[in-house]
Amino acid sequence: MSTLTKYQTANTAFVQEAEVFADLYGKTQPALTAIRKQAMAAFTKRGIPTMKHEEWKYVNLSSIAQTEYRTASPADSQKVSKSDVEQYRFAGKDAILCVIENGKLNVAVSSMSNVPKGVGIGGIDDFSSDAAVMNHLFTHASYEEEAMVALNTMLCYSPIIIKVDAKVKCDTVIQLVFATVPGVDPLLIPARVLVIAGDESEFTVVESFHTHGSGALTFTNSVSEVVVGKAARVHYTKVQVEADEAQHINYHKVNMARDSYQHLTTLTLGGAIVRNNLNIRLDDEQVNAYLNGLYVLNGKQVIDNHTLVDHAMPNCYSNELYKGIIGDQAQGVFNGKIWVREDAQKTNAYQSNKNLLLSNQASMNTKPQLEIYADDVKCSHGATTGQLDDEALFYLRARGIGETVARSLLNHAFAADVIEQVENETLRESLMQLLDVKLSALQIEA
Amino acid sequence: MLSIKDLKASVEGKQILNGLNLEVKPGEVHAIMGPNGSGKSTLASVLAGREEYEVEGGAVNFLGNDLLEMSPEDRARAGMFLAFQYPVEIPGVSNANFLKTAVNEVRKSRGLAAYDSKEFLQIMKEKMKLVEMDKAMTQRSVNEGFSGGEKKRNEIFQMAMLEPTLAILDETDSGLDIDALRIVSNGVNALRDGNRSFIVITHYQRLLDYIVPDFVHVLYKGRIVKSGTKDLALELEEKGYDWIKEEVAVGA
Repeated sequence: MSTLTKYQTANTAFVQEAEVFADLYGKTQPALTAIRKQAMAAFTKRGIPTMKHEEWKYVNLSSIAQTEYRTASPADSQKVSKSDVEQYRFAGKDAILCVIENGKLNVAVSSMSNVPKGVGIGGIDDFSSDAAVMNHLFTHASYEEEAMVALNTMLCYSPIIIKVDAKVKCDTVIQLVFATVPGVDPLLIPARVLVIAGDESEFTVVESFHTHGSGALTFTNSVSEVVVGKAARVHYTKVQVEADEAQHINYHKVNMARDSYQHLTTLTLGGAIVRNNLNIRLDDEQVNAYLNGLYVLNGKQVIDNHTLVDHAMPNCYSNELYKGIIGDQAQGVFNGKIWVREDAQKTNAYQSNKNLLLSNQASMNTKPQLEIYADDVKCSHGATTGQLDDEALFYLRARGIGETVARSLLNHAFAADVIEQVENETLRESLMQLLDVKLSALQIEA
Repeated sequence: MLSIKDLKASVEGKQILNGLNLEVKPGEVHAIMGPNGSGKSTLASVLAGREEYEVEGGAVNFLGNDLLEMSPEDRARAGMFLAFQYPVEIPGVSNANFLKTAVNEVRKSRGLAAYDSKEFLQIMKEKMKLVEMDKAMTQRSVNEGFSGGEKKRNEIFQMAMLEPTLAILDETDSGLDIDALRIVSNGVNALRDGNRSFIVITHYQRLLDYIVPDFVHVLYKGRIVKSGTKDLALELEEKGYDWIKEEVAVGA
């Protein structure tokens, strides 16, 4: 079978599954039937992107097309225990922990008894009578334009919803633990999150993706939609620490209202193929958006960060810092687009992408894209790709620090400033630990 | 302690050291002077183990070990310290963290237990006084944004922390104003204890008013062509290097 035929076969199989799912579960979610039908039509039209697609030229998804994935169903859940998930806690024992197992919220192993007043966390059934939530659900990430969003939209029946009421300041970190539990068959896991930040609310969300146990291949296809209300402040961290062979594509769409603030950090350490798509829309004036990313790759990992900062209105600020350390034969991709629309006068938009290559076979493709249609703006971007500073390395060694320790000290120093900007201290320390574990695993080639 | 015999070294295919001999005994301070391009910094680099310098011949024995076979970190662990002419800025690594790692790596290599944070802070506090360093400097990234004088003080501070057997100061006086020169020299003199040895590489006699050497050597065309006491430095200050060059020309 040719590769192209395999794509077609996979596409057809996914659509057939979507039809079966619509019959099985669709009746309980009538509000979403029309959207799912549109998503199916969009996916049928587009299919899994091939490398001919400009936005996918560095990421080969043929391994996804060639693996005979079946979509995880409720039967693929409830395999982890409460003690199992404790190891995935990043923000201390007081944090709210929602365990989403192969795409489905498992309340029994979650820690949700401490959800404060004014904060709602649950599934569709918990919010089916809340029109505000239902109106946002499945509507922000574009399934018309993105095939993988369409795939998620047509196959995901258990989105998780976080709603924080206006003026509520939640100090307790909300961590969504996505436990990928491999099975006998290769599993496609559609995961979906909707976060609604009420006006003037403030809180911290962590999404973390883990592989629990071992088995056949897994492909996590996740979509998050974050609606940030007026003057709301949202701190958001996405952590990818799935197993080396995991495949993972996620879309993260944020809509920001007037005077709002968000700080979004994306830490990617695990996975064979990982694609992070971030789409941040600054929808009104006086918005501040920070996007930070860190990726540390080894082996044959392929990690692609595609970001879009969409300045639609005047007087907004965005700042993007992405850093990568790439070893062995790994490949990194950064494609960062800043779009300043005609109305977005007095925009300040900054972007920086810095990379360290640790081996001769490691590679990095970086593409900053500025599209500016307003005439009174301040925008800058910069990208560097280099190697560890030999002078600094010698300096450390000349003080008695062995080469391996010296290299990891310099790698850590390079990467740490991305994590240092994470506001919550416990979370920040957990991320630093994850970073150091990964750095010590990097193969160092002299 | 250090014995250099007929050392020949090149960089980028150009031979710089042409058979250099030097003996340093415990507690001695040797000054090495010489005109630009005579090989002073090359000597420091070869002794510290910079990889881009190629040793073409000769031998260097340091405390009974073949120095040229040792990695830079092993030289440091064995007790050699190079104060850099151009200290390197390392963003993201705090001075304190850097030094704690270095001191504990050196201790580990000698079979000693690592200092805990409290012990380390106490030692650091004592040594900071030697070079009039304030606490803020230890919290900043290594040399990042330091003035020229601060960088050199930081070198001497590191030396004080690492307590080497042999310290090589590579043009530590370059770019220093008179106050910084005094602070740096005081720091060095405080570390002279009768056993620790120093090789002071300098272009100017001025430094030797502060750090008084036991021997002064003139390096020219990659060899030591004249040795004497501190009076030789004064003579060089007065007469320049031309008479040395003439002597070498006549001798050759």
